[in-house]
Amino acid sequence: MKNVSALIAGILFGAGLAVAGMTNPDKVLAFLTLGAGWDATLIFVLGAAVIVAAAGYAIVGRRAAPLFDAEFHAPTSTLIDARLIGGAALFGVGWGLAGFCPGPAIVGALTLDIRAVVFLIAYVVGVLVYERLLAPPAAPVATSADG
Amino acid sequence: MISAVIGGSLIGLAAVWLYLSLGRIAGISGIAANALKANAWPLMFVAGLGIGGWLAYAIAGGRPEATLDGNQALWLIVAGVIVGVGTRLGSGCTSGHGVCGVSRLSRRSIVATLVFLSVGMLVATTVTGALS
Repeated sequence: MKNVSALIAGILFGAGLAVAGMTNPDKVLAFLTLGAGWDATLIFVLGAAVIVAAAGYAIVGRRAAPLFDAEFHAPTSTLIDARLIGGAALFGVGWGLAGFCPGPAIVGALTLDIRAVVFLIAYVVGVLVYERLLAPPAAPVATSADG
Repeated sequence: MISAVIGGSLIGLAAVWLYLSLGRIAGISGIAANALKANAWPLMFVAGLGIGGWLAYAIAGGRPEATLDGNQALWLIVAGVIVGVGTRLGSGCTSGHGVCGVSRLSRRSIVATLVFLSVGMLVATTVTGALS
């Protein structure tokens, strides 16, 4: 049931990204580029997602455990450090250059958008570079990641 | 705008379902890293992303026209590596921090989201237009 549940979550998420226009890097760049011709619609994507998720998390959070696991695995770290800020800033640089973030890049690559294929291959290289050179030695498996 | 709200709601619903069923946060950079380690449910989630994309384009259309020239490919490669390193270093991306973390009122995620949104806007506004 874990695998079926994850598949359903992925389908909903992928369909949401595609319907919202997040899989079109030109549209994402039109949102990130301020000035004349600014496309603000992606604010409604984030806003709707946050409202639905916040309501859902509040309801699900009353349960003692999820349906198909013994416990919840929500991140507990509250540390705001150089890794968090530096990582987010780096991510922002790449997002602003390409208009792709990881989710839409995966959807795009699997729906054969050549731009997403190129980006995703480089993204995987970046992840592997991180794990070789930058991952904290105590916890090479990213169990404490937020997402 | 309607499609933005519908799409965003589907994303929120996906996040809630993953938390209800597996107790997991729908952070795609984290899930992708675990899929690369051949873990089962993250691989299923990633497969679902592709299926969901195909379904959405089949039902609602909107598949982006994709062309690629050499110059653009170079910048996509540079950006892809940076996003790979940055999302792992910062423990999340638009989904994990921007959607899930912000809706859980995580201070870490709110800070991260403000940083990547403002840096993304700064880079897109000042650099990206000049490159293309």
